[in-house]
Amino acid sequence: MKTFLKSREAILSAAILALLVLIASRFPAFVEPGNLARVFTDTSPLILLALGQTVVILTRCIDLSVAANLALTGMVCAMLNAAYPGVPMAAILVLALAMGAVMGMINGLMVWKLNIPPIVVTLGTMTIYRGLIFVLSGGAWVNAHEMSHAFTGFPRAELLGLPVLAWIAILVTGLFFLGIARTPLGRAFYAVGGNPHAAVYTGIDVGRTQFMAFTLSGMLAGLTGYLWVARYSVAYVDIAGGFELEVVAACVIGGISIAGGAGTILGTLLGALFLGIVKNALPVVDISPFWQLAISGTAIIVAVAFNTRSGRSKGRIILKRAEGHA
Amino acid sequence: MGITRRLFGGTALAAMMLAGGAAQAQDNVRIALVVKALGIGFFEAAAKGAEEAAAELGNVEVIYTGPTDTTAEGQIEVINALIAQNVDAIAVSANDTDALVPALKKAMQRGITVISWDSGVAPEGRQLHLNPSSNPLIGNMIIKLAADNLPEGGEVAVLSATTTSTNQNTWIDEMNKVMGNYPGIKVVGTVYGDDLADKSYREAQGLMQTYPDLDAIIAPTSVGIVAAARAVEDAGKVGQVNVTGLGLPSEMAGAIESGASKSFAIWNPIDLGYSATYLAYELATGAAEAAPGAEIPMGRMGKLTLDDNNEGAMADPFIYDASNIDEFKSIF
Repeated sequence: MKTFLKSREAILSAAILALLVLIASRFPAFVEPGNLARVFTDTSPLILLALGQTVVILTRCIDLSVAANLALTGMVCAMLNAAYPGVPMAAILVLALAMGAVMGMINGLMVWKLNIPPIVVTLGTMTIYRGLIFVLSGGAWVNAHEMSHAFTGFPRAELLGLPVLAWIAILVTGLFFLGIARTPLGRAFYAVGGNPHAAVYTGIDVGRTQFMAFTLSGMLAGLTGYLWVARYSVAYVDIAGGFELEVVAACVIGGISIAGGAGTILGTLLGALFLGIVKNALPVVDISPFWQLAISGTAIIVAVAFNTRSGRSKGRIILKRAEGHA
Repeated sequence: MGITRRLFGGTALAAMMLAGGAAQAQDNVRIALVVKALGIGFFEAAAKGAEEAAAELGNVEVIYTGPTDTTAEGQIEVINALIAQNVDAIAVSANDTDALVPALKKAMQRGITVISWDSGVAPEGRQLHLNPSSNPLIGNMIIKLAADNLPEGGEVAVLSATTTSTNQNTWIDEMNKVMGNYPGIKVVGTVYGDDLADKSYREAQGLMQTYPDLDAIIAPTSVGIVAAARAVEDAGKVGQVNVTGLGLPSEMAGAIESGASKSFAIWNPIDLGYSATYLAYELATGAAEAAPGAEIPMGRMGKLTLDDNNEGAMADPFIYDASNIDEFKSIF
């Protein structure tokens, strides 16, 4: 029983199931396979960003610039497509990944080489990236009729019953599962966050690992930037405003410890799905919009309360032992 | 002409240096157009109109400014900076009805003319308010747009901005008042997309799921109407669900082309910026005074008649559809 309670993924899975049952009791069509696929597709951008954020948080950092990175990359892709509709999709995808990665690297370098606290760095770059969108676009929107059909069609093209957007989320989640479990870098993320001093003694460069985490997070934000703009067929300065907090919330609900070094990819995935289901269900279950924000907020607080509780009980056990020996 | 004016400007500047404040009256009338946030197509178009008015009036310099995000705090900073620059008039589209009042009062104490336009300020914080149209007219227009395409009647739903948006709530109230004129049209629900593309898209999808027989979505907000049109296209319900409401031609061109939206309306932001500049000029130069019942000229837009709250309506909203969208989509 205790081990089950301690398995955060099990609790979260149960919570998601309970949530689905609750929603189905008020709006049965919500749990139809077609609709669940739609909800998953809608949650895909959140999953992608939350995965990147996860590795950043694992290394005791935080990346608040992801939404601004997404918006800037999205705007650049949209403007490029509007100006040169002939540029092939592959080139736009590479551009999105590269641009996002470079913006992530800027965060990473400042944390690594200049030793500035990550929250300060990314708060700064968040504003800079948003500001750059103004500079680039002059504040103008890029609208649906200015984008090519290939550009807006790519994320919604169907492949084996699911849109490409959903497949990308599945693919990236798979890569993260493997990468975190099987590569030296994946393990280094945990080592750096769990105990930075010990990590140094095992030959892991803490700064470099954090740099890699920021680069990964930025790269995914860039990719999502293109997907976002193509999905909603509009690019403007404020797209995904405040989305960084939702991304951090998905990680926290998924059990990624803000103190670093603890959490799983499965947890993040479930955390993002939980938020995605709540967001998609609220419009159809006929709850007053005045309550919707309160409900989303409560879910986050409850999740964090679970986190701190499990952390505290661990501490108590150690303390008891110490008392016994003394 | 340009050289003459520059020479004259130079003379005025020299005179001002010599005579100090006495020469200020001969200087250009500096009118600051403060918008909700920079980078919104609607306000960029209003700035164009302001420039048009400035060119007609001759001795007017328009300062187009605003915060980078739609906050009252940002606007207060901008207004304080304008007071420091000692502009002649401030014409503001407010992010908050009350929060700007102290800053604007300070401006008026320094002799700066203050008017609000588009989104208003409480009466004590401005001399007059220019409404783009009257609220009853807009309320009637949004339901009329939906009803005109539903001769047999049908179900419509409203996708608004945030639950606290003053503009949207007023229009929806006015719409509900005239529902009796549209028998057969039933408003089945009102949802809020918070003026975010992703949330509005999700709410529109939710509406189509909750009400399978839905005939139209009315979105009296520019972000919402675009997102709703996209959601209708993605759900394959073009021709079945008509998206209408208030939007900008450049942003809605794709939706008109795809058929997701048959028509929508908006006042002309160019006219709005033009009128606001004219009104600010008239008040700043003392040619007119803002008082209940006053009629203040605003160039080609005719006259603004003020009511008991010193408010006036500019004109009726203008309908855009497939016949005129190509003409307007490149303008704003």
